[in-house]
Amino acid sequence: QEAAKYEKKVMVLDFVTPTPLGNSWGLGGTCVNVGCIPKKLMHQAALLGQALEDSRKFGWQFTEEVKHNWKTMTESVQNYIGSLNWGYRVALREKKVTYENAYGEFVGPHTVKATNRRGVEKLYTAERFLIATGERPRYLGIPGDKEYCISSDDLFSLPYCPGKTLVVGASYVALECAGFLAGLGLDVTVMVRSILLRGFDQDIANKIGKYMEDHGINFIREFVPIKVEQIEEGAPGRLKVTAKSTKGNQIIEGEYNTVLLAIGRDSCTRKIGLDKVGVQINEKTGKIPVNDEEQTNVPYIYAVGDILQDKLELTPVAIQAGRLLVQRLYAGATSKCDYVNVPTTVFTPLEYGACGYSEETAVEKFGEENIEVYHSHFWPLEWAVPSRDNNKCYAKIICHIQDNERVIGFHVLGPNAGEVTQGFAAAIKCGMTKEQLDSTIGIHPVCAEV
Amino acid sequence: GEKEYDLLVVGGGSGGLACAKEAAQFGRKVAVLDYVEPSPQGTKWGLGGTCVNVGCIPKKLMHQAALLGSALKDAQHYGWNIAQPVHHTWSLMAQAVQNYVKSLNWGHRVQLQDKKVKYFNMKGSFSDPHTIRGLTKAGKETIVTAENIVIATGGRPKYPTHIAGALEYGITSDDLFWLKKSPGKTSLEYYPFILYLYEIIVYISLTEASPDVSLECAGFLTGIGLDTTVMMRSIPLRGFDQQMASLVTEYMESYGTKFLKRCFPTKVEKLESNRLQVTWKNTDLGTEETDSFDTVMWAVGRAPDTETLNLETVGVKTNSETGKIIVDASEATSVPHIYAIGDITEGRPELTPTAIAAGKLLAQRLFGQSSELMDYDNVPTTVFTPLEYGCVGLSEEMAVRCYGSDNIEVYHAYYKPLEFTVAERDATQCYMKVVCLREREQRILGLHFIGPNAGEVIQGFALGIKCGATYHQLMKTVGIHPTCAEEITKLHITKRSGLDATVTGC
Repeated sequence: QEAAKYEKKVMVLDFVTPTPLGNSWGLGGTCVNVGCIPKKLMHQAALLGQALEDSRKFGWQFTEEVKHNWKTMTESVQNYIGSLNWGYRVALREKKVTYENAYGEFVGPHTVKATNRRGVEKLYTAERFLIATGERPRYLGIPGDKEYCISSDDLFSLPYCPGKTLVVGASYVALECAGFLAGLGLDVTVMVRSILLRGFDQDIANKIGKYMEDHGINFIREFVPIKVEQIEEGAPGRLKVTAKSTKGNQIIEGEYNTVLLAIGRDSCTRKIGLDKVGVQINEKTGKIPVNDEEQTNVPYIYAVGDILQDKLELTPVAIQAGRLLVQRLYAGATSKCDYVNVPTTVFTPLEYGACGYSEETAVEKFGEENIEVYHSHFWPLEWAVPSRDNNKCYAKIICHIQDNERVIGFHVLGPNAGEVTQGFAAAIKCGMTKEQLDSTIGIHPVCAEV
Repeated sequence: GEKEYDLLVVGGGSGGLACAKEAAQFGRKVAVLDYVEPSPQGTKWGLGGTCVNVGCIPKKLMHQAALLGSALKDAQHYGWNIAQPVHHTWSLMAQAVQNYVKSLNWGHRVQLQDKKVKYFNMKGSFSDPHTIRGLTKAGKETIVTAENIVIATGGRPKYPTHIAGALEYGITSDDLFWLKKSPGKTSLEYYPFILYLYEIIVYISLTEASPDVSLECAGFLTGIGLDTTVMMRSIPLRGFDQQMASLVTEYMESYGTKFLKRCFPTKVEKLESNRLQVTWKNTDLGTEETDSFDTVMWAVGRAPDTETLNLETVGVKTNSETGKIIVDASEATSVPHIYAIGDITEGRPELTPTAIAAGKLLAQRLFGQSSELMDYDNVPTTVFTPLEYGCVGLSEEMAVRCYGSDNIEVYHAYYKPLEFTVAERDATQCYMKVVCLREREQRILGLHFIGPNAGEVIQGFALGIKCGATYHQLMKTVGIHPTCAEEITKLHITKRSGLDATVTGC
């Protein structure tokens, strides 16, 4: 859309290869269809379940039994997503960007072959190309995985309630999904190979795990599934999962209605003809290395988003990178995408917002003597009346002592963590120090003032 | 001579307690006097001051109760099956809130004890610059002397005593939070100041104003299902950015609160049914109207609690109009060794966090060899109306006044919180704007946000503004997705351009 502003002839090829279970979706990519958007809406549904319980303590009275209807929720969510898909198509049309619902792959220099759903092929040439094909969920490679397990690609449009669910994985996707499924009243178990939220601050990751456990989610640690079998067909059916310990020979079995795999995502770079044009990829991960101007080793081919090597897999980063790239190409701008101090939020039942260094990486980079960690537990005012979860919320900032006690890491665990963290991210961009933090007046009473 | 205490604080509220506890950290002998004169309706409360007992805390909790009512409606769209009817019981909520407040009262007493601060439940007045005469409820007198005295007695709601029946039959926020029974069909009377010529002059000299309790109360009363009407003589949220203020009230109107604009009451009478009849003048139509209500609540401003302090005896100067105590940048009054902090001071925001900060810094200057003064610039606030409004820095009007409209740029956007989509909620008033200098780096002068969790959104940005954040730095900050706050980092349509400022899509 940005390129079209500069009166360039632009074409977008988008195609969704159906999931093993046959699921597909419209224009917009992961975020809109099977990522951030449906995830946050279902997380909201779960939060509302909690709000219902809290509301009784605030004087609201209604029947004791409140049940959740999965179909009502998924229908609403899918309708909203449909409106976004439509909105994108309209926006592209208005900005005169040609859109083809076809699978694109390079066949030669400056040439791409587009194959649509019906198998019809067309060739297109362009001066420049941007690869932004993103990723898809990884499968375990064990018997029964593709036949019987689902992934996040399937979960958000599942036409039936998943029932008793086993979530395999400890990524933020795994924990967010486990979180809202439990919040909707389902029996949820999470099977973790080693640690939670690899790459995130581990002190906080453990607090998140503990909170989820305290709220009824079962964790099976240090096991991996080795086989999934179907006991009974149905919507949902019944599945038997066999798992092996990572620390010995112990084998366990469990029965579930649904098995959700969330063990990682693989880049969609292996089948788009990159070898035909000589674009190098990391053979092991499939990711594409680029320079700081998002350019691949082939000068006229660029890449943005989840497929980039060593960059963050986040929607706002991809958007920012894409926009700035086009402004550099066609508007003479020089700004590069700033990948430092990018804030994120994990929407687990107890939300976690972060910006900057985790405690571990700060210690690693600067040394323990050179950093100071200020921290505090807090209890949101709104939880005091229903008397729940005393002292579970937590905030910490990591400061670099020698650099004027500059704040290099910000972490908050609590409600609305995303809303809280956003402003602090802006402040960190301005180089905020501990002193400035201390001299800023808090808004009262909110969580962020802590 | 030798004084009993190094520091005596008169007033055990946000500012007073913070100052006392901080001073005690330096090993000083500190005492606090706190006393609550019952309201005309007889309401009283424990240690902690306005915020804890009849301000921020119960207000936010009742606001939360109202928000949960909306959540119940939203929940049905998200698949939760709740059998109708759903109704709200005031006494359950009030008891829960009151119990919590009482636990805070207790907590404060324990804290004072832990920090070895002596607490007197007495009403204090000056005998001389170093002596306070304390009077218990029973009339017992105690004389306390101190090297330094801090006045932090705060304020109390005003009554429009020129209106017949106002005092006998009306309540204020002092009473609302402690009502055991539902206020029923409440009518909220609201108008800023009696002399409105003065309003304009006073408005110019104030850069900050305290959050508007009356709209917040009207908001949550409506939210829990009560038929609520707000009567106002002129404009709401005086001192706030007027564009934002009207969006806030617009939302409240669509939410169900009734507004009687440009009206003022002339009398309140009690009917046989025990309901109250209010008579008012409609200045637009020039007519006189009446209606009956269960409760009439006045929210016509707060008066500083200085009457019984005996300030004239010691020569502490107050502002002749407002009655507030005049202080300098170090919170010193006109009398050496006597200081004042919090709502009672002239020209300061009526906010808990500023009182606390000022109290702590004062203690640090008196006893801790610090010279740091309180910075009252860029204090963020939030109004907890049904659709919350958070802001930091200058209003658009103030920025135009200070710099001229040619020298400022306003970026703005109407947005829709993701959570409103499935819930089918109206987001017409969800809006944000950033007011910047137009030249070069485009330093941010003010940030305004209306939407859910406004306080949480604004807090971090307030920090950025303290660091001198510019529009460019804001644009370089990557958004967190999906949140409402991220829209702030994406603001790019200026008011000047006249373009449609509605955010579309991802």
